[in-house]
Amino acid sequence: MQLAFKEKILEDQHANFFMTIFWTALMDFTPVRTQFPTLTQTFNGYPLCYLDTAATSHKPQRVLNAMTQFYLKNNANVHRAAHQLSSQATRQYEAVRDQVMDFIGAQHREEVIFTHGTTEAINMVAHGLTQYIDSGELILVDSLAHHANIVPWQVLAKQTGAIIKPIPLTKEGRLDLLAYDALLKQKPTIVALSHVSNALGILNPIETLVAKAKAVNAITLVDGAQAVAHMNINVQQIDCDFYAFSGHKMYGPTGVGILYGRLEILDSLNPLITGGEMIKSVTFEKTVYNTLPNRLEAGTPPIAEVIGLGEAIAFLNDIPAIEKIYHEKELLQYLQDQLKAIEGIILYGAHPDNIGAVAFNLHNEHHQDVGVLLDQQAIAIRCGHHCAMPLMQTLNIKGCCRASIGIYTNKQDIDCFMTALNNVITLLH
Amino acid sequence: MDQDLFLQIPLDSKQIIELFTQATNWQERYRQLMLLGKQLPRLPQEQRTPQAQVQGCESDAWLYHCQYNRQHYYLGDSDARIVKGLIVLLLAAFNGKNTDEINAFDHDDYFEHLGLSGQLSPSRTNGLHALIKVIKYYANAQIKS
Repeated sequence: MQLAFKEKILEDQHANFFMTIFWTALMDFTPVRTQFPTLTQTFNGYPLCYLDTAATSHKPQRVLNAMTQFYLKNNANVHRAAHQLSSQATRQYEAVRDQVMDFIGAQHREEVIFTHGTTEAINMVAHGLTQYIDSGELILVDSLAHHANIVPWQVLAKQTGAIIKPIPLTKEGRLDLLAYDALLKQKPTIVALSHVSNALGILNPIETLVAKAKAVNAITLVDGAQAVAHMNINVQQIDCDFYAFSGHKMYGPTGVGILYGRLEILDSLNPLITGGEMIKSVTFEKTVYNTLPNRLEAGTPPIAEVIGLGEAIAFLNDIPAIEKIYHEKELLQYLQDQLKAIEGIILYGAHPDNIGAVAFNLHNEHHQDVGVLLDQQAIAIRCGHHCAMPLMQTLNIKGCCRASIGIYTNKQDIDCFMTALNNVITLLH
Repeated sequence: MDQDLFLQIPLDSKQIIELFTQATNWQERYRQLMLLGKQLPRLPQEQRTPQAQVQGCESDAWLYHCQYNRQHYYLGDSDARIVKGLIVLLLAAFNGKNTDEINAFDHDDYFEHLGLSGQLSPSRTNGLHALIKVIKYYANAQIKS
């Protein structure tokens, strides 16, 4: 509601002038940035300029505090509430499930499974569906996908004889919708998509893609790792069967992630990991699994990390949606514009609606050289294949540089980065 | 392979350290490093083989070895400029040395002197560690020449 309203305002030419003033003020964004202690460091005398949020985000103090407080006060194992401490820990842990449910607009709390990250979440789905897949069945995989959304399907295909086909890209780096329609005519069983490309920052028209897949009765999984910190997610609106994301890319701790699954299909998954917590009864002859969500959360979960994730969600919820979205939108546009102005730079799939990241190379220069020389100036970016080798092959490159932003990034970071990049160019010439 | 290629880096580690001591900031150090890299003869395409490739580098790097009597000689190349420079530093330190000298060489100290110790961390993807490992492996392998 708030979003639709804002978009309407932005279309209004008169309002644009005031918005510009507003954004300029926002781009400095001091109150949010000061909550991130890691960002105040210097390296080699240069202030840290962190443009690698797509790899992992920094954590606000309140997330660190929440985790410390858990260990100081409530530390106990969950779901074994024989004593008050455990009861407290369980309450706190389960409250985060409700928070996540609200955060992504899930219908039931049982649809939210705590995992160790996106990779594990996708593995859980691929493994969990294996018994239902027959030889020759088709799995479509987004060509923009991270390896985490490719390899589990390959394993599934190898075990079942299913066939994987990539959904091709247009030369602009977007998914080729015509080719996608043609592939859907072959009635795939599973369609694995990314919400936002980790390597290029390209935003997929996810609702359209899922609707088309559902029209041919395909099971849909969306890798939301690069989307969740940057935009509002509503899994019911996306209407996917599964949605996976990580805590550490959304200002939460490492070691925790979420698998959302539509209740009926989630309940049908064969557990990837078995053991404690997910069990109702065990004899040496027969084991009966617990119900959701515990059925898919074997072993002691990352309790403190879940608490930290809850605090990260509270942190994100405290930032008005308008700031969250337009601060980054404005900054990314600024970054793209600054880069485009450099002679001899190659940008990959840089569109105005991209989210969080921009990928580039300097003509005839190795991305690693650029990365090392930027690092000397305390600019943290990622250089490499970004765990998306098939995408690099499609682009016909070995790798590239990726600068990515977060809620704490400010205009000064981008300016620092551009100065440093110009220094690199001077050095390389 | 043309064996003369193995002798094309005339510098030794002392001369390299001297060059780097003159550099007063990171820009000069890395400029020097890349200039050194340019001295390295480019390996022809047919020698950029998977067999010669050093695993563990983000860029592609290839390393060849030969032995005259007890002395080891290396030749390498990379598609990244800084790694090429790092290869020259390694060749200057190791070329013409025998196995004992290669094993005894304190590369941590060497890179510390060059002001490049930041490049040495095993977590770096420049492959310096991998290159040193391969150099030492060759030096210790029983190779008949």
